[in-house]
Amino acid sequence: MSGHVFHPGHAELHGITVVVETHGPLTYVGRYDSEDEQGVLMLDVGIHDVAAGVSKEDYVRKSAKFGIQSDHKRFVVPAAQVARITRLGEMSL
Amino acid sequence: MPYNPALVAPMRTEVTQLGAKELTTATEVDAALGDQKGSMLVFVNSVCGCAAGNARPALALALKHSVVPRQVVTVFAGQDLDAVARARQYFGEYQPSSPSMALLRDGEVVHFVHRHQIEGRSPQTIAAELATAFDRFFGAAV
Repeated sequence: MSGHVFHPGHAELHGITVVVETHGPLTYVGRYDSEDEQGVLMLDVGIHDVAAGVSKEDYVRKSAKFGIQSDHKRFVVPAAQVARITRLGEMSL
Repeated sequence: MPYNPALVAPMRTEVTQLGAKELTTATEVDAALGDQKGSMLVFVNSVCGCAAGNARPALALALKHSVVPRQVVTVFAGQDLDAVARARQYFGEYQPSSPSMALLRDGEVVHFVHRHQIEGRSPQTIAAELATAFDRFFGAAV
């Protein structure tokens, strides 16, 4: 039962914890599931709103250290909002 | 809904054969983590192939290091629900994540390896980082 990635038929990021940055004030952190014309389906998603007073960088840094405080079990980030998708494990903060 | 126990059994064995004590109830978790002394690693096992499939062999490699935790216990996320929920109560501000590993010293989490720190990494890389944490937090005969 050891081994590497095996999710045949799924996108490369399926199951990976990612940061989805948007063109607006919201940033999403959670597990990437899939993507289609509607948007990016994520699981166990934390949402950061820059209006909350905490910087995006601090939110992502805290998520990397302490884990993701999930706001939604499933969430679709609308495709038009998506600016960049990065693995949380690769974020250099 | 938990997976078929027969499917999960080899994943449990892969960890318990390393000497980890499996905790399947909240009572067992309290007995192991309540008033915990010395060094301990809690391995939160998972059926996830892309992360747990690397985490288990990483644990095996790390436990060959010269400095290791005195106790190793394991709970299985998505399977032993009460045990996992109770174990997470001992993890303080660290959010639920599976697979994951918590290093405890005298009942306090001193280091936590989240799922996102396992995904896409080789067992050797994960084990090396664990060994560094063992040296740092358990090096002085804890």
